[in-house]
Amino acid sequence: MDKQLNAVTSMDFDRIERRAAARRRTSQTVIYVLLALWALIVLFPFYWMVLTSLKDQAAYNSEKVPVFFTLNPTLQNYVSAFTDEQVNLGRYFLNTVIFTLATTGLMMLVIIPAAFAFARLEFRGKHLVFTLFLSLMMIPNELVIITNYVTITNWHLRNTFTGLILPSVTSVFYIYLLKENFEQIPDELYKAARVDGTTDLEYLVRVMIPISRPTLITITILKVIECWNAYVWPRLITTKSSHFLVSNGIQQIRVSSFGRDNYPAMMAAVVVISLPLIVLFLVFRNKIMEGVSRGGLKG
Amino acid sequence: MKQNQMKAWLYLLPAILFLGVFMVYPLIDVLVYSFEEKYNFVTQTSQGIGLFNYAKVLRDHQFLDAVKNTFLLVIITVPLSTGIALLISLGLNAIKPLRKMFQTIYFLPYVTNTLAVGLVFMVLFKTTDYSSGLINSLLSALGMRQVDFIDGPYWAKMLVLCLYTVWVVMPFKVLILTSALASVDQEYYNAAKMDAASPWRVFRKITLPMISPMIYYLVITGFIGAFKAYSDAVALFGVELGKAGMNTMVGYVYDSLYGDRGGYPSYASAAALILFAIVLTITCINLLISKKRVRY
Repeated sequence: MDKQLNAVTSMDFDRIERRAAARRRTSQTVIYVLLALWALIVLFPFYWMVLTSLKDQAAYNSEKVPVFFTLNPTLQNYVSAFTDEQVNLGRYFLNTVIFTLATTGLMMLVIIPAAFAFARLEFRGKHLVFTLFLSLMMIPNELVIITNYVTITNWHLRNTFTGLILPSVTSVFYIYLLKENFEQIPDELYKAARVDGTTDLEYLVRVMIPISRPTLITITILKVIECWNAYVWPRLITTKSSHFLVSNGIQQIRVSSFGRDNYPAMMAAVVVISLPLIVLFLVFRNKIMEGVSRGGLKG
Repeated sequence: MKQNQMKAWLYLLPAILFLGVFMVYPLIDVLVYSFEEKYNFVTQTSQGIGLFNYAKVLRDHQFLDAVKNTFLLVIITVPLSTGIALLISLGLNAIKPLRKMFQTIYFLPYVTNTLAVGLVFMVLFKTTDYSSGLINSLLSALGMRQVDFIDGPYWAKMLVLCLYTVWVVMPFKVLILTSALASVDQEYYNAAKMDAASPWRVFRKITLPMISPMIYYLVITGFIGAFKAYSDAVALFGVELGKAGMNTMVGYVYDSLYGDRGGYPSYASAAALILFAIVLTITCINLLISKKRVRY
């Protein structure tokens, strides 16, 4: 009797287990299919831009219904994208690199001392000033950009790199991020350094900056992404193509289409403009995702 | 000590200077501009103080169109993107192999130039003399009528704008929600397993309450972001948003400042402050609701 019961229960148990496993498998499959579907939606525009950029222009224009592949890839579109008479893509690239490097570099010179003062130095009114700084984080860019536009125009800095760079060399958020990081460095280190006669500045450069390198790298990368994709301010401040950035270039390309609806060349330009950041992302994936989840705002 | 005080301020000086000139002063100035009547950009003079600019902006049908577009965009994309992001994050949380790969792919739109990929969307949805475009070819294949999503009817343009916006904002939301889900204490799930709770029950009673602060964070930042929509629309429809009937509130601000209809910082300021007031009100409402509903 007992044996029979045991046999029955173990059989039931097996069946339940198997059924549960089957259900798990089905739900896993469904999940994978849905996730793959979203991955397809995300990747498809990238695929399409690379594909179109490799198609011969005449062939592309003769496709009434677009084809999902090409048998005769050509790099000619990349050549035409860079040799267009109206759209000086190479120049815009160089401008964007200069703008990005200068803005990021200057920003570091501004935010590191500020974060150091908040984290390490004692002075009257520190908490008040820091609170005021933090409250500035809530101010949307759209509100201040109007006056900045007028200011830069009055200073005759339109169509100059100075005008492009100046308003974006401070970031309260990055000061805050860096201050938090600096504060984690133990006090003992500072006291020991003071005993050795190290000045504050030396301590900042020789100890704090090297220790905080991971955070500094994260900030640098996030700022580089921001600069590379900047559009609104460059559009307001540049009217001459000599100071266009890649984003302005794209708008110019959109209007001119490289002459006659040359979509393949357009897509070639888009590939070249997108590529640097995609490479940067693939190299620093973890840093970027961690940095953004700590406070990047876009969405 | 005195010397130390000086030194601290010296370290802060660059930041204070830049913030003062490019953030604090503009904040005051934008208020002044918005109340100065008939401000002339060239002579930099005005004729009195008043609410004229606000009245003018609020009566401008271009602005009202922009408000309508922006509200539609907000109402459609915020719930949609948050919902899809939640589904995707739950999916990601339920798998092990390939998870990193999916996460990497999903994050890609964050690092790409909005304007650049916008052009790709335009090519996909546009019909030209040569080609009906990929999306329209698919529509025909499915036996549906073709429509130009870029220069065509309003609903079609709005649809592409919403789709593109969702595509653009998704990475941030998925990232935040996946890390929120990963940080839920596993103990709760083990306890639920002991009670043989159904997956739906586990989701409603454990997962949702535990990640609710992050969902509300995303809803609030989503609202703020969507109200400030601009470059996504430019990417799809070009700089002349007003002509395309697809202008947004931020677009109206910039158009008043610059370009064909530009040169009116007063109108731009008034419009920007109206936008700010709307965003502030909605954020406050959101915070009030979340105080009642969310457990931290």
